[in-house]
This record gives sequence, C-alpha cells and structure tokens, in this order.
Amino acid sequence: MSPVWIQTRELARRSLVRTLRQPAQVIPTITFPLFLLAINAGGLDAATDLPGFPTDSYLTFALAVPFIQSGIFAVSNGGADLARDVETGFLDRLALTPMSGVALITGQLAGVVALGLLNAVVYLAIGLAAGATLAAGVAGALVLFALSLVIAFAFGCVGVYAAFRFGDGEAVQGLFPVMFVFLFLSSMALPRDLIEQEWFRTIATANPVSYLLEGVRSLFIVGFDGEALALAFGCGIAIGVVFLALAVARLRTRLVRT
Amino acid sequence: MSDQRPASIEVEGLVKEFKKGPRAVDGIDLHVDPGEIYGFLGPNGAGKSTTVLMLTTLLPPDDGTARVAGYEVREDGARVRENIGAALQEAALDPYLSAREHMRLQTALHGLPRAERRRRGDDLIARLGLADAADRKVGGYSGGMKRRLDLALALVHGPRILFLDEPTTGLDPQSRSSLWEEVRRLAKQEGVTVFLTTQYLEEADSLADRVGIIDSGVIVAEGTPESLKAEIGEPSVEAVPVDPSRYEDVMRVLHRFGGDDCPHHADESIAVRLKGGSGSLAEVVRALDAEGIEVAHLQLHAPTLDDVFLAKTGRTLEGADQDDEDGDAETGAPNVAAVQPATA
Repeated sequence: MSPVWIQTRELARRSLVRTLRQPAQVIPTITFPLFLLAINAGGLDAATDLPGFPTDSYLTFALAVPFIQSGIFAVSNGGADLARDVETGFLDRLALTPMSGVALITGQLAGVVALGLLNAVVYLAIGLAAGATLAAGVAGALVLFALSLVIAFAFGCVGVYAAFRFGDGEAVQGLFPVMFVFLFLSSMALPRDLIEQEWFRTIATANPVSYLLEGVRSLFIVGFDGEALALAFGCGIAIGVVFLALAVARLRTRLVRT
Repeated sequence: MSDQRPASIEVEGLVKEFKKGPRAVDGIDLHVDPGEIYGFLGPNGAGKSTTVLMLTTLLPPDDGTARVAGYEVREDGARVRENIGAALQEAALDPYLSAREHMRLQTALHGLPRAERRRRGDDLIARLGLADAADRKVGGYSGGMKRRLDLALALVHGPRILFLDEPTTGLDPQSRSSLWEEVRRLAKQEGVTVFLTTQYLEEADSLADRVGIIDSGVIVAEGTPESLKAEIGEPSVEAVPVDPSRYEDVMRVLHRFGGDDCPHHADESIAVRLKGGSGSLAEVVRALDAEGIEVAHLQLHAPTLDDVFLAKTGRTLEGADQDDEDGDAETGAPNVAAVQPATA
C-alpha cells in the first residue's frame, strides 16, 4: 500500500490537471470576477465620498471581492468534478484500490487550493496594475496568498461535501447562485457600518463571508489589522473544518467498502 | 470434480434486497475455480451487476456468505480487493486524462514501487493495443479503446481474479473479438480467474468455461455451455409458410414431430423441438409436402443458450430484456404481465 502522501499527491495532480484542461472552468474564474470588479469600480466610485468610507479608491475597496468569488467557483468546479466521479463510477474504481478517504478529499482540495492561489496571483497583479494599492506591502501579499488558500480550502470543503451529499454534478452546480446570495448579503459593496438598512446590516454581520472579505480588504486598505485578519482566518478555517467533517462523514456512505 | 479444488469464488445463499424492491439477488450459490472463465448470463436487471458489486466488496450483502480469493467479502474486504481487479459496467474513466495518466494514478494508488509504475503502465498499454493513443485524452477514445483501457487499469496490480461486468456491451464486433482474445489469454496463459457478466449468448457460449444463468435474482441453470445445451437435447425446426393462411396447417404438422412440446411461434415463423432429432427433418419436409404446404423458410436450429434460458424461465433472453426494460431494471423486478408464455 502506498503512503497516504503519495496517494494525495497523485490525486491532487489529477484534480489540478483535470481543472486546467477544462478552459470553461479556469477562464471564468479569472475573467468573471475581474469583469465585475471593473464594472463596480467604475460605477460605484461615488461611494468613496460617503463620510467614513475607508479609502478614496473604490477599486482598492472592491478588489477583495474577486478573492471570494474565486472561492465560490471552487465550490461548483471542485464539487462538480467530484460529483461526476460519483456519477460515472470513477469513485468505485478508486474504491477498489487501497486509497484512503483522507487522500481522496485532501487530493481534491489540493487541486482546488492550487487553482485558488493561481487566481489570487492574477487578481493581485491586475488589481495593482489597474491602480489599486496594497497597504500591507510585500509581506501583506504573502499573507493575502495565505488567506486566499484558506478561502479556497473553506469553499472547496463546501464543494466536496456537496459532491458526496448529492452525488450529482448538476445539484452541485446549483449551489453556485446560492453562494452568490451569501456574497451579495455581505459587506461586499459597502463597509458594514455604512449599510443603512438595519436588516441588511444584521445579516451582513452574521454572514461569515463579510469577515473573509474584510480580512482581505484590510490588507489592501489598512495594512496589518490583527482583528480583521484573525476573524478572516478563523471564519475560513471554521467553515473548512465544519464542511470537511461533514464531507468525511458523507464519504463513508459514498465510498462503501466492506 | 471442481468442488474438490480450492475455489477462487465461493458463494452460498447470497442475498441482496433493495429498499422498496424485490430481492435483486435471491440466495445464489457459486463456485468458480482458479483459472476458470465463468460467464454470468442473464437479462437486464437479473441481478448480475448486483452480484459483482457484492463480490468486489462495493456493496454489502444482506445475507449469505461470499469468499473471494479465500477471503470473506464482509470481513476481509481489503484483502479481497488486493486480489481482484474489476472493470465495472461503464468504463469509469476521466475524459480529461490520458491513458498514461490513468496508469500513473492507478499504479500509485495500488502502491507499486516507483520504478515499476511506469514500466507496468507502459506494458499494459502496449499489450492492450493503446500505445499509439497513450498520451491522448481519453475523452476522444472509441468505446472499444475505453474498454481496453478499463481492462488494463484493472490489471495493474496483477490480480488473481478479474471481474468484468458486461465488458463488451456496445462494442463493434472487432473490438469485442479483441477483448475476448485478451480475456482468454489472461485465463489460459496467466491463470487469472475471470468472472464475466454478459447478456450476450454468443459471448457466454464462446468465452466461458462454465455458465451460470441468472433470472430475477436466482440462478436457474449452471454448467458448461455444451452440457447446458445438451440438457435441452434435440434441435428445433423452424418453418415459415409462403401462404400465411396455412399457418395453422404448419402448426398442426409440426406438432406431430414435437412430442409433448407444442410448436411455438414468433411473427410469421413456427418452431418445434424435434423429438426424433435432426434425422426427422426429412420426415418434416415430406409431411409438409404431403399436405401441399409450400414453405418460404425451413431451418434446423441446434440448441443454444437462449433455448436453455427459454426452457428454464419460459421466455427468451431477448424477450426477457424487453420485459425488464418495461419493468424495473434497476431493482431487477420483472414485469410479469409482459412475460411470454412457455410454449416449447
């Protein structure tokens, strides 16, 4: 039996290769968030005139959003690929090998996380080239990449759980708009303290996506904000751990072996 | 006597019952010897794939015992999997990976030493005739190529027992024939035990050393293809009158040669099993002639496995497939109302 790390490495390689060979999975994860960023940065720039708005560049403010959208794509892409493995019987093929369930999940997540990191590099490079600033500097970029990995991991775990729960690629893809609802009901467009509607502010405050956004945003606008970063890393890890546990439990029923 | 040898597969009273359905597998017994090709023949929904899933440890049985390679499937699943390879009903491949990448993944998951992985993968790819396409994405492969790769992947760890679930369904005759050749080679030259499910009579007849016929979760006949056909005994004669209005007359004449068997009919033809064997064909011709019946078609049929299926279940295998498509193929429930009556 091969060590778990070799199994994980090979499954991660497969996950990444498979994703990179599907341009329909890769290109939208880069272009769609940047397209939305361009529209928002152009159309909502007047929001920076609001008293208390943390920066005079809406581009810098909104640049955090693509990092979360990348995670949302990780749910549907990573999850749908795994669900397709269930549908096509590929999972049965894997089940007949001495593969460990841990290797399957971590391998799949490694591919998702690698793609998330690639996206983060592109978003940062294009954002800076377009005139955004990174207050935390070079060290902040490294923290930003680390946070991007956590975000990809968190959303990737949601996708993996959904894949094992539904076993159906279309059902997993159906989560895509649901995840966008979480994004829209967060501090995506405005800082929470500037949201006028109380119900919206309440939901945004309860929504963990707000904290992921604010952690990324703090690196662009403030520099190193310990509280914002701790909340972002904490929320990301918590989402990941909860859905990872659910995914492992589901895997036991999907990967039935006597 | 096969029962005296240690079996590759030994099954007693195996049962699988799905929720809201009848028993997909209803207490079957099996004994498959090392190096044997065992054909598991039956219509769609008969319980073939469910049996394979249980024997490959992918589905826990509800009752009975099953030992594969000497290990009990419920208690020693991991040891069973070490000794088996399986190509299940659909060729489960990743369309975005090449054959070589599939081999790399499969050999790594099976824990082959690093140096051996590439060599083993390349050997199997070459042996199955996929060398020219080894670096192409599998999504562009033909059905036959996918099946061959599926088989190659099942062999990476050198299994003693190979399960093939309808390996040639949907393949063209040439691909089917080349897959048969490889299966024969594996059994005869490498001593691999092959448990093969099929709904093709020709496949079971030509490939299998022994055949088990399953219907509605129950094994209705078992033996070598020759012995099963010999059980049926005599050949049958089939006639089609030129004038459809003489149909009843042909029926009456053939009845004289069928002993206790009544002639059975399909579309325009009438057939009866000849109690006097093939030697009585001449008498049939003379009797039809004496009655002034002109026939458009007269043919002697040696017994086939379909005749065995007909004799044991009262319907033809082809007809049973149709019934199961009308019924519930997933749970193995036959549509009883649609079953043809036993007439031969």
